[in-house]
Parts: sequence; structure tokens; C-alpha cells
Amino acid sequence: MQFYLPIAEVSVNAFVLFGLGGIVGILSGLFGVGGGFIITPLLFFIGIPPTVAVATGANQVVASSVSGVLAHLKRKTVDIRMGTVLLAGGMAGSAFGIWLFNYLSRLGQIDLTVQLAYVLFLGTVGAMMLQESLRALRRSKRSAPIKRHQHMWVHKLPFKMKFRTSGLYISVIPPLLVGFFVGVLAAVMGVGGGFLMVPAMIYILGMPTKVVVGTSLFQIIFVAAFTTFMHAWTNQSVDLMLALMLILGGVIGAQIGAQLALRLRAEHLRVLLALLVLSVAGKLAFDLLVRPDELYSIAVGSRA
Amino acid sequence: MKRFIIAAFLAFAGPVLAEEDVVAGLSQDRIDITANFDGSDILIYGAVKRDAPVPPGALDVIITLEGPGEAEVVRRKARVLGLWINTDKVVIDRAPSFYAVATTGAFSEIISDTEDLRHAISIPRAIRSVGAPQTIQDSQTFTEALIRIREARHLYSLDQYAVRLTDQTLFRADFDLPANLVEGNYKTRIFLLRDKRVVNLYEKTIFVRKVGLERWLFNLSRQQPAAYGLLALVIAALAGWGASAGFRLLRR
Repeated sequence: MQFYLPIAEVSVNAFVLFGLGGIVGILSGLFGVGGGFIITPLLFFIGIPPTVAVATGANQVVASSVSGVLAHLKRKTVDIRMGTVLLAGGMAGSAFGIWLFNYLSRLGQIDLTVQLAYVLFLGTVGAMMLQESLRALRRSKRSAPIKRHQHMWVHKLPFKMKFRTSGLYISVIPPLLVGFFVGVLAAVMGVGGGFLMVPAMIYILGMPTKVVVGTSLFQIIFVAAFTTFMHAWTNQSVDLMLALMLILGGVIGAQIGAQLALRLRAEHLRVLLALLVLSVAGKLAFDLLVRPDELYSIAVGSRA
Repeated sequence: MKRFIIAAFLAFAGPVLAEEDVVAGLSQDRIDITANFDGSDILIYGAVKRDAPVPPGALDVIITLEGPGEAEVVRRKARVLGLWINTDKVVIDRAPSFYAVATTGAFSEIISDTEDLRHAISIPRAIRSVGAPQTIQDSQTFTEALIRIREARHLYSLDQYAVRLTDQTLFRADFDLPANLVEGNYKTRIFLLRDKRVVNLYEKTIFVRKVGLERWLFNLSRQQPAAYGLLALVIAALAGWGASAGFRLLRR
């Protein structure tokens, strides 16, 4: 069944879009990532112009995050207080990131910057997570007791706040900074930032893995909503028809993902997310290093 | 005096042009892009009208179908520090979004270069590229790349011998319009050729329009972008909530 997309001006198969939405939805519910870093390249691949893909991807992320958060709220695995603090930092970072994006665009190397940022951050985060989660997996097999409270520099800062759901009593400065940093990268790379937020929450803030996913999704809703609205308003590049089909698959996928997350062990979940992040980084690095079949490209959106 | 010259010119030029005229029709002069649009075919047919007997020599027909054009940026990648990155770019002043040429014979044998240049008929001629930056020597390769990429997407095509001409009078050609069609006015041109020269030209426009839901969404996104953005968010939030509520019911 072919569908003609009014904004993208291409015709695509509805089942392909439904499937893509579903896959990303499952990842979203499972790992607490919005899936922007996967959906956007996949949309490029099926021939959607990049500007439309980025904007519409963000719209789809909103839907799957709402669906995921509601599932997590039910289980009380969302730290709304922490989410709000992260979001405050995130909005400031996002605004700075949009400025940085425009500055880099003027310099003319935004594509390269974005691609390198993807490879660098996805690669580092993926490798770190893989290493850590494998170690944790080995440790838990030997059933050694896990240290609950690790006292790091993070715990010595002022402005302490109680985050009951996460079982933390820490300064608000680290979450604000984490939010800000992720917000900057999210705006520059055109993603929700879940794949950065999740490991930062686990390793920098020391939040329990169970709470991390719901909380990450909670703040992604707002970041992605902001991005979608800005794209629709300034670039008119959100394709509702495309979004609708992705969303349909996505919301269902997110529910399945949230169910799967209950059955899997936290360590396994982290190994899987690490492998996923690494494979995306690997693909992007491959594209940068290997001679492309076609050296020339028609810049879509050059008219805008 | 002036009027006399014009009259004399017309008396001289008129009969040459009017000797053979095109009378043509299209199977449809309006294409609606609906939600499930997946391409369309167009039959262009017609006849050559004459007041005099058929002149000697062979008659040839070239039919072109051209979509709305825009300036395009073509980029080229090069290896810098081991990475393949976009380095050079050339702005092509105007390239049609769709361009199909159908002929009765081998292109170079039925039309002269001068005539091709004058009427911008062949694919490279239909693309206008003047101002390449000084730093790029081989700007021609960028135009070639544009053609290559669009040919691969079935947006540009040259179909030789695709126009069927019967008894030097009746002609017809079929065009396949792909699903990834851009909205706009598509120009059809029918050229009659003798001795590699254009003796008559007939033009007609085909209107390609989005209709129904497609039209409504497109207009809303352009005319009220803020409302459109909010609509997108509301739909996303409702869909997310709906799926969550639906699954909860299923589990009970």
C-alpha cells in the first residue's frame, strides 16, 4: 500500500513506515531512548529528504515517549523531580545548541560536525557502557554484593535536593549540567539525547537503572516536542502523514518494549543498548572512512 | 515602412511555419496527487495538419515533458584526513524536477546541435548552469552527476524511438510519471523536425496538484505553521496516550 507524503513529496510503502515506527518504539520502551538517532538515518535510507526526516522523527519521538512514560508511571519508575531538573538544564542547553548549530551552518561544515559528533559520542558511550555492563554482569554472576552508595565528587557539591524515587540526596548542579550538555548535543545532532542521558544518569548521577528509563523518557517528551514545534514553525518540514504512520507503529512498539524491559535483567538491558549504540556508531564511521559509490549528492533542502 | 517590413517578413516566414502544424491531445491535462498516489501514465498523441501535400524528406517528432524547475546545490565528497566529506559545491541555476524526452529516432540524427541549444531539448541542455565558482574547474561533472542521480530515480529519461509516427501524420508517445512527483505545472512540448530543424512547436501544460487531505495538510503547514506544529504534537500525545490506555485494557 503506497502513501504519498504531502510535505516530503515522495511516495512510500505504509507497511515499511509502520515497521520502522514499531522497531524504534520497541527500543524506546526498552531502553528509554527516544530513538531519534536510529529513525533519522533509517528515514534517509528509504528516501525521505533529511530536513523532513529530522523534523518528523522528532514528532514520532514525542508519541513513543508519551506512551513509554505512561507505562513507566504506572509502575512508579519515573523520577519526576529529577526529570524536571534535567529538563531545566536541557532547555537552556537546547537554546544554546540551536545557536551553535546555526553558527556551524554558516561555517559550512555542519554535516561533518554532526556525523563526527555521532561517531564520537555514540562510540565512546557505547564502549563505556559495554565494558561496564559486562563487568557488572560477571560480578552479579559471582553474586557478590553490589555497593549501593558510591561516594563520588558529585556528592560533595552544595544545593542538595532529595530525589525520593531515585533514592538520592545530591546537589542539583550535576543534573543541571548533565541536562544542559545533553541539550546542546541534542540540538546540534537533531536527536532527543536519550542515548546520552541514560548512561549519564547511571554513571554520573548514580541513579538506579529501573528509574533511569522512565525519567529519561519524561524529559525527552519535552525536548522532542520543542524540536518538533520549532521545525514545523520555522522550516515547515514536519510531515504529518509520515509522522502518523511512524507513530502508529511506534506507540505499539513502545508498549511491547516496556513489557520486555520488565522481563530482562538490568545488566542485559545495558549490554544490548551498548551493542546497539556501538553498531550505529560503527555504521556512521564506516560511511566516513570508505569511499562512497556516488561522490556527488544533490543537497535537498538547499532551496529552503 | 515598418509595417511593410513586418508584412513582408510574415509573408515570407508565415508559410514556412504554417506548412505543417501540430494538433495534439493529452490523455489527461490534470493529475491529482491523492494520499495513495503511486505514479501515473500520460498518453500524448496528435496529428500533423497540412494545407499542402507532404513535403519530401523525413519528418521526425520529439516530445518533452518537463516538471517545475528550481536551483539545486550539488556537492562533491573528497577525502580529507582519511574522511570522506563534502568539499566542493556547485549551484545549478535551474534544473527541472522531472524531465522526459521521447523521440522518433536517434537523438543526434534528427536534430542539430544549434536547434537543441535554442530550444533546450536534450537533458543537459534543459539544465541551466552558468555561474560555477572560479575554484572549480570541472563544473560540468556536477551537472553530469545531477543527471546521473536523477536518471537513477527515473526522474530524467531520454527514450529514443519511443514516439510512434504513422504515415508522417499520426504520432503518439506514452510517459510514465513516477510516484515521487513534485507538485506544479508540467510543460509538454511537441517538436516537428525536418532536416534536423524544428519546423513547428506545440506547447501544452499539465497541472499536477495535491488534492483532498494532501492539499489541506500542505496548505496548513505553509499558512499556519504554528497551528500545524501544535496539531502534530497533539496527535503525537494522543496517540501515545491511546496506545498506553489500549494496552492497559488488553492486559486486564
